[in-house]
Amino acid sequence: MHIPDGFIDVPVSIAAGAVAVAGVAICIRGARRNLDERIAPLAGLTAAFIFAVQMLNFPVAAGTSGHLLGGALAAILVGPYVGALAVTTVLVVQSLLFADGGLSALGLNVINMALVTALVGWLVFRALVRVLPRGRSSIMAAAAVAAFSSVPAAALAFTAEYAFGGTASFSFGQVLIAMTGVHVLIGIGEAVITGLTVGALLATRPDLVYGARGMMPRLELRSGVPVPVA
Amino acid sequence: MGGGHRHGPGGALYLHGHSWVHRVPAHVKVVTLLLFVLVVVATPGTLRWTFLGYAFLLAIVARIAEVSLATILRRMSVEIPFLLFAVLMPFISTGPRVEVLWFSLSVRGLEAAFVILVKASLGVIASIILAATTSSHDLLLGLQRLRMPELIVQIASFMIRYAEVISGEMSRMSIARQSRCFEARGPRQWRVLGQSAGALFIRSYERGERVHLAMLSRGFQGRMPLVSNTAALPAQWWLALTLPLAAALVLLISWRAAR
Repeated sequence: MHIPDGFIDVPVSIAAGAVAVAGVAICIRGARRNLDERIAPLAGLTAAFIFAVQMLNFPVAAGTSGHLLGGALAAILVGPYVGALAVTTVLVVQSLLFADGGLSALGLNVINMALVTALVGWLVFRALVRVLPRGRSSIMAAAAVAAFSSVPAAALAFTAEYAFGGTASFSFGQVLIAMTGVHVLIGIGEAVITGLTVGALLATRPDLVYGARGMMPRLELRSGVPVPVA
Repeated sequence: MGGGHRHGPGGALYLHGHSWVHRVPAHVKVVTLLLFVLVVVATPGTLRWTFLGYAFLLAIVARIAEVSLATILRRMSVEIPFLLFAVLMPFISTGPRVEVLWFSLSVRGLEAAFVILVKASLGVIASIILAATTSSHDLLLGLQRLRMPELIVQIASFMIRYAEVISGEMSRMSIARQSRCFEARGPRQWRVLGQSAGALFIRSYERGERVHLAMLSRGFQGRMPLVSNTAALPAQWWLALTLPLAAALVLLISWRAAR
């Protein structure tokens, strides 16, 4: 959820802005290390992809539907630094060109939806990929679990910001329970969709999944009986 | 969560025009918007009439910018997911309660929900006026002038340029699915949608690679030559800053009156 203006007070919003600037600076340095001058077109197209895929509606039941948030997916597909930069850019454009998410709350939104989701998603993904056996299904499972944990993590970040600078009349405990509860449900959807998307990619272009580099079983050349040529 | 973006990305919200607000350089407008929303956010919720003053100021700006009330109301739909959140507040907040119709509502929750909704709406309206009077190209130049990291500006410029292409690709894929009698009814169809998302990523990424090669063949060396001849006149700064200054004045007056 994009936080609008006025939901979190001024000091906490400004502090969050400073943290977000620092986080984005780290991502820029990290991204330059592994993508050099290809970074702008590829991250830009990834941002356009995230923007488009957020419009893809997944029907749940009885007319309701959800959509992908995409932070963890972006991190798995193009790496945590480039992924976080892509989602940050989506948030900046949404705030300034679509009035979605307040400008004074931009730092908060970048922390929750770009930095936390990419970081948590990536760490969980890498940890699981290391433990699980090689293969497509383990990578899919790791992607799903990573996407799942990224959503409540963003909700927790939101709750922490609320505890410091919230202006609503909910108590901290209520926000914690409600946000985490709702986002566990959202996280299940995010997990299934991310897992399926990564699975579809691994089946066709495994080389495009940054997180799966060197993790897929090697292609083996089998020599057998040569096919007679007519 | 919930809502999503209905409007097409490429068209953004820009409305072509020649008003004075349209002509102010984008970086001046972004600074003005930021200062204005900071004043709004800093306003104590108890000074209720102050918000009416802010709304009046925004109405004047919208009038000068030739942005109609209908446009603003239509575009305020981005607020809907948050609206649902605020509606819950009076029901589950603690403290003294009042009976409204057949509901028992928390007074504190009602007040907080009112203040939050008003502040969020003022921010949304101010952002809508910015978006309606600033083309995405001007906005990128403005962000560059405001020392936004060059990489972010570049990523944003690619994103804005290709968002429409990628969305178009997505809607063509949706038409292709429908023409094969696909209908998304529930989680059973998620596998197909996931595959579509995967295919969309492949197409986006490959397009990115092609764009990059095309750029290299035209001499790209890692920097985009964004033409930035957008210096603001002092008069434009002062006129634009009238909005946050007037808002601060309204806040000061109502704060003094309340004491």
